[in-house]
Amino acid sequence: MIGGFFITIKLSAVCLFFSVIIGVIGAWLQGSTFKWTRRFVNGYIQLFRNTPPLVQLYFFYFAIGTLLPTIENDWGGESPLLGSFAWAAISLSFFAGAFNVEIFRSGIEAVPKSTTEAAEALGYTKLQIYVSITLPLAFRVALPALNNNLVNLVKTTTLAYAIAVPDLLYESNQIWSDNVNVTEMMIFLLLAYFFLVGILVAGMNRWERSMKIPGYG
Amino acid sequence: MSWTPADPMVSINNVHKSFGELKVLNGVSLDVMKGDVICIIGPSGSGKSTLIRCVNALNDIQQGSILVEGQEVNDEKLNKLELRKKVGMVFQQYNLFPHKTALQNVMMAPIKVLKQNKASAKTSARALLKKVRLEGKEDAYPGELSGGQQQRVAIARSLAMQPDVMLFDEVTAALDPETVGEVLQTIKDLAEEGMTCILVTHEMGFAREVADHIYFTDRGVIVEHGPPETFFKNAQDPRTQQFLSQIL
Repeated sequence: MIGGFFITIKLSAVCLFFSVIIGVIGAWLQGSTFKWTRRFVNGYIQLFRNTPPLVQLYFFYFAIGTLLPTIENDWGGESPLLGSFAWAAISLSFFAGAFNVEIFRSGIEAVPKSTTEAAEALGYTKLQIYVSITLPLAFRVALPALNNNLVNLVKTTTLAYAIAVPDLLYESNQIWSDNVNVTEMMIFLLLAYFFLVGILVAGMNRWERSMKIPGYG
Repeated sequence: MSWTPADPMVSINNVHKSFGELKVLNGVSLDVMKGDVICIIGPSGSGKSTLIRCVNALNDIQQGSILVEGQEVNDEKLNKLELRKKVGMVFQQYNLFPHKTALQNVMMAPIKVLKQNKASAKTSARALLKKVRLEGKEDAYPGELSGGQQQRVAIARSLAMQPDVMLFDEVTAALDPETVGEVLQTIKDLAEEGMTCILVTHEMGFAREVADHIYFTDRGVIVEHGPPETFFKNAQDPRTQQFLSQIL
């Protein structure tokens, strides 16, 4: 039970981290001068935004997972290269990352061109402008939307149940199957996720306040 | 042929520029010597701002040549960093970085672009803010400063890069009348110290006072130019006369 709780937290944390990284890099590549780079990013967004996350999860685990070579495990048998936790982390990061790219893009578009132009006139490189001017300003604009998406992401980690990641939901299921205490477990699960997401939201709100610029926006 | 200080610091030669169908510059030529203060005046849409934006390659040109200390700006392989170390620019809307304090705004570029160490960048940034009379405002964010104060931070930010020539693009146009004076005074101080300045301005009194040479543009060409005294008293071209009669 505690183990499942930690798996959920671990899966959420890993996916939060990588989905934000994907969002930041994707939004940067979207501003590329190369047509094919932009097309690639847009294709990625379309693919992951327009398909159900459960289908994506199955696709990664059962389609790509079985194509990868297996490795010998401790008992001398064959194990897949990546386990269900790794596939859930990859799949959900890409899923939430697709939304994050769009969220960051909206933030980037809100940064006035004149501000980045001033940095350009001071001799900043494109990457320096993105990292020290565009991104910090875009982040502030994008935070409320990012907040929403990350909340969704934490809730979506329950899908990992489908490929037997021993998360909070999966372990709870084992408990109610063994003990026939379905009602209690349902109440517990609801509250557990309520508090978990509540902590995330409180943290994000605090972060949002700490980033507020005096006299701006 | 390498550039020497006896050559023009900025040499603009037969520059043509259009945005799509719209021709903005139709063969503009002018030279700016070291220490010169030149003012470009003219009606809206005559290409003044576009011209000075071309000098530091914020806009590219289709034809002609712009030499900054001998470096050709109209070049596909232009080293923009080298160019922008030489040319500072101040904008109409200040364009400060809103998430950085006044001091950070001034010290960021020297650290990131010139790779100065943080301590010395900070010392020079403080000195520059003092120079533009903003002592005590180091930790204020742009949103907490008045327009005139923000514009002076922007001037300090540009000076921190130790440019050889400064471009001012209608820097007082967005300010309320009370704060125009403080910004103009800062520019005047700079001009008196010998900074080479190219200003696009609507402040005729100021142009008359500080400029060594005035250029009047209309429809993408320089219609008339001369030292302020002759220019304002003895304008020859009917378009210049008409413009001056409307605003003086």
